[in-house]
Amino acid sequence: MGPNGAGKTTVIKMILGLSPIDSGSLEVLGFEIPKDATTAREKIGVVPQIDNLDPEFTVEENLRIYGSYFNLKKDFLEEQIPKLLKFAELENKKDLRIQKLSGGMLRRLTIARSMVHNPELIILDEPTTGLDPQVRHALWDRLFELKNSGKTLLLTTHYMDEAQRLCDEIVIMDRGEILDRDSPRELIRKHIDGDVVEIRGANGSELEKEIDRLDIRTEKFQDQILCYTNSPLELMKFSSKYSDFSFIQRPANLEDVFLKLTGRELKE
Amino acid sequence: MKTKISIPRFHKLALAIWARNFRVWRRLMGPMLMLHIGEPMIYLVGLGLGLGLFIGEMGEMSYLTFLASGFIASSTMMAVSMEGMYSVYTRMVTQQTYAGIMNTPVKIDDIVLGENIWCGTKGVLTSGAILLVAAIFGAVESPMSLIAIPIGFLVGITFAGLAMSISAISPGYEFFNYYFTLVITPMFMLSGVFFPISTLPEWLQSFVVILPLFHAVELIRPFVVGEIPQGWILNISVLLFYAAIGHFIAVNLIRRRLII
Repeated sequence: MGPNGAGKTTVIKMILGLSPIDSGSLEVLGFEIPKDATTAREKIGVVPQIDNLDPEFTVEENLRIYGSYFNLKKDFLEEQIPKLLKFAELENKKDLRIQKLSGGMLRRLTIARSMVHNPELIILDEPTTGLDPQVRHALWDRLFELKNSGKTLLLTTHYMDEAQRLCDEIVIMDRGEILDRDSPRELIRKHIDGDVVEIRGANGSELEKEIDRLDIRTEKFQDQILCYTNSPLELMKFSSKYSDFSFIQRPANLEDVFLKLTGRELKE
Repeated sequence: MKTKISIPRFHKLALAIWARNFRVWRRLMGPMLMLHIGEPMIYLVGLGLGLGLFIGEMGEMSYLTFLASGFIASSTMMAVSMEGMYSVYTRMVTQQTYAGIMNTPVKIDDIVLGENIWCGTKGVLTSGAILLVAAIFGAVESPMSLIAIPIGFLVGITFAGLAMSISAISPGYEFFNYYFTLVITPMFMLSGVFFPISTLPEWLQSFVVILPLFHAVELIRPFVVGEIPQGWILNISVLLFYAAIGHFIAVNLIRRRLII
């Protein structure tokens, strides 16, 4: 996880041996990169950020042609294709040109394509960006299925819910640096203990002074004060006294961690 | 760290790229044949039959034969140059086809080699088709002219690497106009397709003899009238030289463009 410009896609390209490594060393599935990158790619499946399915071909041809780039045995490929069509729920669409597919179908086909050679590691670069919620949930089911079947998934995302749901371990990075890595639960526990109370409209008021007197960490924005605390009740009790302001109490989440680590300024 | 310049590898995975292109070609055969055969056919009728009436003979053969044998070479050059520029650019940039392929064990070297072999194949298809058209118009004088078909492969790879190199440095489709206007069209007019180069001023002749199309025409034309070209070893060597240099430059430029 990381904001735009964090270097997520660059790391993926380095893993595949498609971007030069300035310093350090990189080993993927026991292969030294970039020296053995071509061999490593036989065991890696990639779902790119932008669909680059072959527009000249049908759904099934896309799988078959992509399989040919892995130099697969014909029998193996013929066995794989029906399985992948089923996985992508595109059995009825297999003879359609891909221009006829919806965004969700294209993504499913791209994921199926990345598995044509039965890879050990599947890399997904922002797999659900730009998709509607129904489609995202359906894709997450697919990814869970893969994870449960024993594949290693490496995915980049800036959707917190996606990371929280799918990942055993999260690496938060920015400007090419790893800021922290841990399980979602640990990250939250480590960086933001307890609850968050969001108060709107209180800046410059008497309430702000009362909050400042409490020994809790706060963040102040133009129109909002965020309070991080283990005892939210001592803040919520102000809500009856200062009923003009809006109070929201919620558990800390990954987004709080992300913003704390990578900062709130716009990344463009 | 920049991508290093090095000799391209030769690997059988290139054939997967060739097979992909062939499959697309089979589907789009109609419009492709129209462009690459229809157009020279119109020239042949207009210039060969029309202008040929006034010219009669040229280079000890009918003007129609002279023109048809030149067109076998020039049409192959045109077809392959368009493939190496527009089609390769589309796959490399517009459709991001190469980006998908690069995530597999196929390397850029294999992609370019596959495109190159495909261009050779297109050369065979184009020369064969033009030869057929020429035969229909009675412009073919010997069965030896069939040798022009495999020569089409050589002519194809001669122009493939050069076109792909232009594609590799091109910011967009419009850029190809430079190559067509500054390189392809002058070569088309001067390389002995329409008239023997002996009619050109001497200084220009000494320039024309280093052009690949000149050697392609020199190699093909005698076969069409049943003769073995005098300088065939030189002609083939020059074409192979351009093919090799073109491939080397294309691989390295496309690597530089795609590995970032």
